[in-house]
Amino acid sequence: MKYPGIIFASVWPPVAVVLILLGLWHFVVVAFSIPEFLLPTPWLVLQTIDEQWPRLIAATGRTATATLVGFGLSAVIGIISGSLLSLVSLARRGVYPLTLLLQMVPLVAIAPMLVIWFGYGLPSVIAAACIVSVFPVIAGTLDGLQSVDAGLSEMFKIHGASRVRTWWSLGLPWSLPSVFTGLRIAAGLAVIGAIVGEFVGAFGGDQAPLGAIITSALKQNQTPTVFAAVALAAMLGFALFGVVNLVGWLLLGRWHESAR
Amino acid sequence: MTEVNVRLHGVQKIFPGGVEAVAAMDLELSPGRVTALLGPTGCGKSTLLRLIGGVETPTAGSIEIEPEPRIGFCFQEPRLLPWRSVRRNVALPLELAGASSDSCRIEADRRLEMVGLGDAAEFLPAALSGGMRMRAAVARAFIADPNLLLLDEPFAALDEVTRLRLDEEVASLVRKRSITALLVTHSIAEAVFLADEVVVLSPRPARILDRFAIPFDERNAALRGQEGFARLQSRIYDVLLAGMEGGT
Repeated sequence: MKYPGIIFASVWPPVAVVLILLGLWHFVVVAFSIPEFLLPTPWLVLQTIDEQWPRLIAATGRTATATLVGFGLSAVIGIISGSLLSLVSLARRGVYPLTLLLQMVPLVAIAPMLVIWFGYGLPSVIAAACIVSVFPVIAGTLDGLQSVDAGLSEMFKIHGASRVRTWWSLGLPWSLPSVFTGLRIAAGLAVIGAIVGEFVGAFGGDQAPLGAIITSALKQNQTPTVFAAVALAAMLGFALFGVVNLVGWLLLGRWHESAR
Repeated sequence: MTEVNVRLHGVQKIFPGGVEAVAAMDLELSPGRVTALLGPTGCGKSTLLRLIGGVETPTAGSIEIEPEPRIGFCFQEPRLLPWRSVRRNVALPLELAGASSDSCRIEADRRLEMVGLGDAAEFLPAALSGGMRMRAAVARAFIADPNLLLLDEPFAALDEVTRLRLDEEVASLVRKRSITALLVTHSIAEAVFLADEVVVLSPRPARILDRFAIPFDERNAALRGQEGFARLQSRIYDVLLAGMEGGT
């Protein structure tokens, strides 16, 4: 099958499911005369996006900035931390269980603290996106590095490679598939972290990102605006997931099953 | 090439948990020649090779290797990095030793030509057959001009025809360079074909049961059909069998 055919074959099933769900949603709202402040039709959500386009796209840009910086930080911190934990067994035994706290503590509970520590605006939102998305990257990196083939490690040892050289030339490439599994999960979590961070710590008015638009629209019963902002946040998550997948495919596609 | 002397003095290896793999062993490898360690599966012969290669440390005794060796290692599996091209896999030992990328490429291409893989330099290991991967591993073992070659049942997983062909190629490469080589195998025919001396080991813990000097000058396909080749195999088999029956 040629490439356009392969792409079409993989794209049409989810598109068909989405269209069917949107149709059902529209039908339910119209058939049961549900008021728009409870549940707007998908068409009304689209109209709202169109009407408020300049404001919503600017808000999406702000949320995207916080998400990307937070995700980038969690990727760098996650890979470095996972690598250090794999290299130093005492640190792994002592610190790794504590990193689970990042996963266990609800972000909503600590978001106000982030505002106190980092102030209102972008820094606290970035911190929220980073904190919520860093654990899967640490876990993915550590799992990958600990599953390196023992025979290959032995070969590097025989040839006198240092631990850092072995990490760079063997451990890191070997663990890339599981690092990318962690990054894919982190991509979605970073958007969630940014939106939750914006609920608590973002500026409103002209500077409002999507999270702040959602909270202010909710207070004013502007449900179509809430749905429009949520739809754009979801698209942001999809786009980031897609970019991570694409980079993973470029790096792994030639040699690893997971990227074919 | 300077020939390497390898001497083992009372070498013993006990693994954590109490398993004794090698019992106080004295052994000297003939410099510039091939020695085969032959023994039943699990007798400790691979451990002995790993001790000489410095991968394991002896529990007791000492290993003397002089002068400082350049070790080439060929394992039971090809151990190729799946993300690297065949050329970059072969060049890995040089790269780890800090050689320039130009010399890595030139040397890797020379070794690939040597094992008949000149056309496959750009391929990834997944694109090669089992025999071709093993050839690439042989090329990698020779990349740093080793004066001590350690072969750990390198062709055990291959079909008979490929295995015999690779045996002939390795025999020719080792003899041309006067490399001190140690071959670990459980195949009597392979040991007799490749080695100048065969050391027969007992079941675990490895002890030397007997040593056989191999008198053949030429190592080619015709050797396998000679009566002397079969007779020697039969004598070694008897020693091996007696050792196994004595050990059980």
